[in-house]
Amino acid sequence: MSIWQYANPVKFLALSERVQPVLWVLAAASVITGLVWGFFGTPDDYRQGSTVKIIFIHVPSAMMAINAWVMMLVTSLIWLIRRHHVSALAAKAAAPVGMVMTVIALITGALWGQPMWGTWWAWDPRLTSFLILFLFYLGYIALWAAIEDPDTAADLTSILCLVGSVFALLSRYAVNFWNQGLHQGTSVPVATGGRTVDDTFFVPLLISMAGFVLLFLALVLYRTGTEIRTRRAAALLARAERNL
Amino acid sequence: MIALLIRDLRLALRAGGGFGLGLAFFLIVTVLVPFSVGPQPELLGRIAAGVLWLGALLACLLSLDRLLALDYEDGTLDLLVTAPLPLEAVVSIKALAHWLTTGLPLVLAAPVLAVLLNLPPQGFAPLVISLALGTPALSVIGTFGAALTVGIKRGGLLLSLLVLPLYVPTLIFGAEAARRGAMGMQHDTYLIMLAGITFATIALMPFASAAVLRMGLR
Amino acid sequence: MTLRVDNLTLARGGVPVLTGVSLTVEPGQALILRGPNGAGKTTLLRTITGLQPPLSGQITGAEDQIAYAGHADGLKAMLSVRENLMFWAQVFGRTDITAALDAYALHPLADRLAGTLSAGQKRRLGLARLLVTGRPIWILDEPTVSLDKDAVAQFAAAVRAHLGQGGSALMATHIDLGLEADVLDLTPFRAHASARAGASDEAFL
Repeated sequence: MSIWQYANPVKFLALSERVQPVLWVLAAASVITGLVWGFFGTPDDYRQGSTVKIIFIHVPSAMMAINAWVMMLVTSLIWLIRRHHVSALAAKAAAPVGMVMTVIALITGALWGQPMWGTWWAWDPRLTSFLILFLFYLGYIALWAAIEDPDTAADLTSILCLVGSVFALLSRYAVNFWNQGLHQGTSVPVATGGRTVDDTFFVPLLISMAGFVLLFLALVLYRTGTEIRTRRAAALLARAERNL
Repeated sequence: MIALLIRDLRLALRAGGGFGLGLAFFLIVTVLVPFSVGPQPELLGRIAAGVLWLGALLACLLSLDRLLALDYEDGTLDLLVTAPLPLEAVVSIKALAHWLTTGLPLVLAAPVLAVLLNLPPQGFAPLVISLALGTPALSVIGTFGAALTVGIKRGGLLLSLLVLPLYVPTLIFGAEAARRGAMGMQHDTYLIMLAGITFATIALMPFASAAVLRMGLR
Repeated sequence: MTLRVDNLTLARGGVPVLTGVSLTVEPGQALILRGPNGAGKTTLLRTITGLQPPLSGQITGAEDQIAYAGHADGLKAMLSVRENLMFWAQVFGRTDITAALDAYALHPLADRLAGTLSAGQKRRLGLARLLVTGRPIWILDEPTVSLDKDAVAQFAAAVRAHLGQGGSALMATHIDLGLEADVLDLTPFRAHASARAGASDEAFL
């Protein structure tokens, strides 16, 4: 039994149907817990007031904006190497979700930044990088939509994802050179184990982040299922037309 | 390979080839800038380097949708695939021809247009050097975009959408070098980074472009 | 060089169109493909040329031996007839184009821009391109489209001369060229729609 058996669309669908209800419940539970706890169960910051509570949406969505692209990169590579349709379709399914996460991160960032920095938008490296990431999502989705043959579309978008990843990293590095930022350092440094946020904020933040991960997975599974069914309908139709 | 380069240059120079179009576009954009931001010399001098870089970048973009699409439509690309010429070489030559007919004239025209925008005297050399170093990367990256959209009808707008984000690092380092040069600041680091990007894209992008072209021609 | 195709299965738009196609073309031989529209003639020729991969099967003897002429001639309207031919000759590492101009009576047109030629004249130029490549195996997809009777005769003579020099030709055409040619009907190889031939969308069924 290898994990690759789920590369078969039919088996993947069967598994995903069984997993999805659990995922949706867990996602809803942790997003609601995280946000309710975060919004109502934590004290106002002595300096930032209640504005600080945007963190419970802003940080998870920003994290998922990047993780979604990383997931697309991995699934694109799997498609290019092993030619598993599910992988390519999962990348296609994840892109709009990732783009929405990017937009949420940008909007909540603006809402947070306005009272804190006195401006909705600044050309800070982090903000700028997210804007560029948004453009990459836009191009990726547009390319999928523009190509008629689904396999060619999967091939071309995969390569765009690879090349785009390199240029996105390069842009991230370039904007650091270009402007020093206002944005604070990361709130949840995984590597160092240290924290810049107090425990009272940290626990609901973690729950909210877990909720966003689960929500993302549920959405991607659901959307991948839709893509698989669309392809199945097209495959059946193509054969039916040949039999006429 | 030389034959392909000569053919592309010849086609660009003949009627309908579009040579000079990018240059004219560059000129018009530059002329429109004072109309939109006002004629104050010190303001124009401050933004001149950035405006010229942006203008050059957009002018490069202008002719990209013809770069491979015309050869795709008349069947030349199919025939080139069967020729004893690796596709990587074909896309490299195409990018070189694009640079010679679009990028190089822009580099040469930039100092003249810089006078119109009141660029400070010490800014001329950094502007020309940064454009000369950066525009080849624009052509090579643009060829990748053209290869991605080659089979798509009306792919011109999509091409811009795909290529412009890829232009960001080149634009940042190139325009920053020119801007700092104009202000009399140290700008060597930026030129070196720009050269790094250009040489890396020249070395690596043709493989991506050729791979994408093979997929698109299937 | 013998072109050998073994047990080839092909798809168009993700649906298998032909299965189990086997054929050989010996030096000096011409093979004509027949079959109704949509039978997969163009797909087969493009696959043998190497423009698209087969689903399964083997093609041997094609590498760097093929001159392909499809529906589009690869001509540039703003280059003269001579320049067009010269370009293709140089791409294939050759420089002599007189034989090609002779074969299709293109000398009077040599300095005209290709864009000013009629459809039939363009087609003659496209076929003359095969001669300047120096490749032994010609793969031709409906080569006689828009040719008049004289031009078809020129084409038949060019193919005959090519075969005489040890070349070979594989073509899809409905016109009788008066050639000593074998005919392969593709109808028996038609893939049944429910066939599991390895087409890329079968995983979804």
